[in-house]
Amino acid sequence: MRGLTPLPPEREAALSGLYAAASGAARRRTLAGFAIVAALALLAGLAAEVRPLVFVENIGKFTAYIAQILPPIGLAQPLADVRAWYWGLPGWLALLGETLLMAYLGTLLGGIAGFAFSFVAAANLVRSRGVRILAKRFLEVCRTVPDVVFALIFVIAFGLGPMVGVLAIAIHTTGALGKLFSEVVENIDMRPVEGLSAAGASWIETVRFAVVPQVLPNFASYALLRFEINVRGAAVLGFVGAGGIGQEFLAAIRNFYYADVSAILVLIILTVVCIDLATERVRHRLSGPEDAR
Amino acid sequence: MNAARPEALRAAARADLPRLRARYPAQFRTDRVARARTLAVLGLLAGLAGFGFWQFDFSLGRLLNGLGRLGAFAALMLPPSPEGHLRIFLHALGETLGIAFLGTLTAAILAFPVALLAARNVVPNPFAHFAVRRGLDVMRSVDVLIWALIWINVVGLGPFAGALAIASSDFGALGKLFAEAIETCDRRPGEGVVASGGSALHRIRFGLIPGVLPVLASQVLYFFESNTRSATIIGIVGAGGIGQYLTELIRVLELKQVAFLVLMILVTVAAIDWVSTRLRRAIIGPAAR
Repeated sequence: MRGLTPLPPEREAALSGLYAAASGAARRRTLAGFAIVAALALLAGLAAEVRPLVFVENIGKFTAYIAQILPPIGLAQPLADVRAWYWGLPGWLALLGETLLMAYLGTLLGGIAGFAFSFVAAANLVRSRGVRILAKRFLEVCRTVPDVVFALIFVIAFGLGPMVGVLAIAIHTTGALGKLFSEVVENIDMRPVEGLSAAGASWIETVRFAVVPQVLPNFASYALLRFEINVRGAAVLGFVGAGGIGQEFLAAIRNFYYADVSAILVLIILTVVCIDLATERVRHRLSGPEDAR
Repeated sequence: MNAARPEALRAAARADLPRLRARYPAQFRTDRVARARTLAVLGLLAGLAGFGFWQFDFSLGRLLNGLGRLGAFAALMLPPSPEGHLRIFLHALGETLGIAFLGTLTAAILAFPVALLAARNVVPNPFAHFAVRRGLDVMRSVDVLIWALIWINVVGLGPFAGALAIASSDFGALGKLFAEAIETCDRRPGEGVVASGGSALHRIRFGLIPGVLPVLASQVLYFFESNTRSATIIGIVGAGGIGQYLTELIRVLELKQVAFLVLMILVTVAAIDWVSTRLRRAIIGPAAR
């Protein structure tokens, strides 16, 4: 470090002045950002009736609740205790199966509808602005209204039961997947499309042979991701009477059947984690070795 | 001439078909194994779907019946109107936004340090990494509505429980995403800091955070958007926001007000979408990614 020649003092002063100004401006921007976020948080806290004192006072209740729902497993006869904890296992497993089937059917139906809509909503395949905008708005409405709200309305129209859950999930999934799918379609390589339309293929043929082969792995990956989300969503659709394990869980919480709460909760968590891990593996295989990250 | 060429080409190819077939046998062979596999997968999917339809007794009659009733509901929804409850609805909407904002912010602030623990390149200890990841997975796999039910037991009915519920479930989701973002960030700035004598904390503060912060901020904005949607339903179990009115009004079939509420939600979500897209672009910059 012996070769460093110091800058002439006046240039050094000018440069360090510039540096101080620049870093000061950056710091002021950061502080202003923090101030805005803090003000918004305060506003939000007022709107959401946050009461920190109540929270601090009652945090004991949270730990007490957790302690209460912990299963009564003693060291004396742990196996019998576990059996008693899971007294309702066959029924719960059946309901869990119903939940998974709801999620599957909802994802499948919604995926098919989203698949159809995605090509209509893609800017590079559809010339007509009107058709495209109509398709995009429709998908947006499907996506923004939560599935539970659809379920609430459908329960009145179709009657209680898992069919309602399937329809609610399917509509919400149509919106969510339709948007993601159309974004995939908009990013494809256009040369196969041009090749096919130059060879005189119809719109449907172009989509089938030039677009679908390119987008299918991505579509499958998104659909699996959605399936994961839908399993989680299907578990609570029972809260409004749309089938699955939710109803049983709500009853356990409302009636203070503490051991049942933890038993069902553990079942749900295990199922969701297993599905997550399984779909993650499949998705990694789908994305293939060339762009495995 | 241009129009004639493809026709001529096609005719030539047709005439030449047997020779082409002989020359490129691989292009003309049907891959029976792959086709059988595809058919098997499709058959499995369709079979499972058929079983589901049978199990849940989907029937055309039931569907048509329900659709008829939905049509009647749609007619009852018009025109959407608040019928004098505009003030209450706006207040509930404010509550919903408050829940979403506060929940997301709390989740993000709590998730950041935990994500550092879960990132392989910050804490190389595999046990810490594994334990934190699985913990986050458990938080994440419990739905917001279930968290709301749990928090209602602690702080009582109302929007505060809703904010806590969103914070809890997003803590898991954001923690996982943050950890992944931290793991994929460029390691060279950190190495530079260490090489010039910085401590481990310096490495995180000056080598890591400036790189990942924009990515994290944009993820938080995404979550805020999606949380405004989930905050609209959290009132169904009594945790505040617009959801409690939505549930009540659907149950008593006040469909004009329901339609008005849904429109309010659509407009709000669209507005937030617009703002956060702008913000995201400002944070990440148009040039980067």
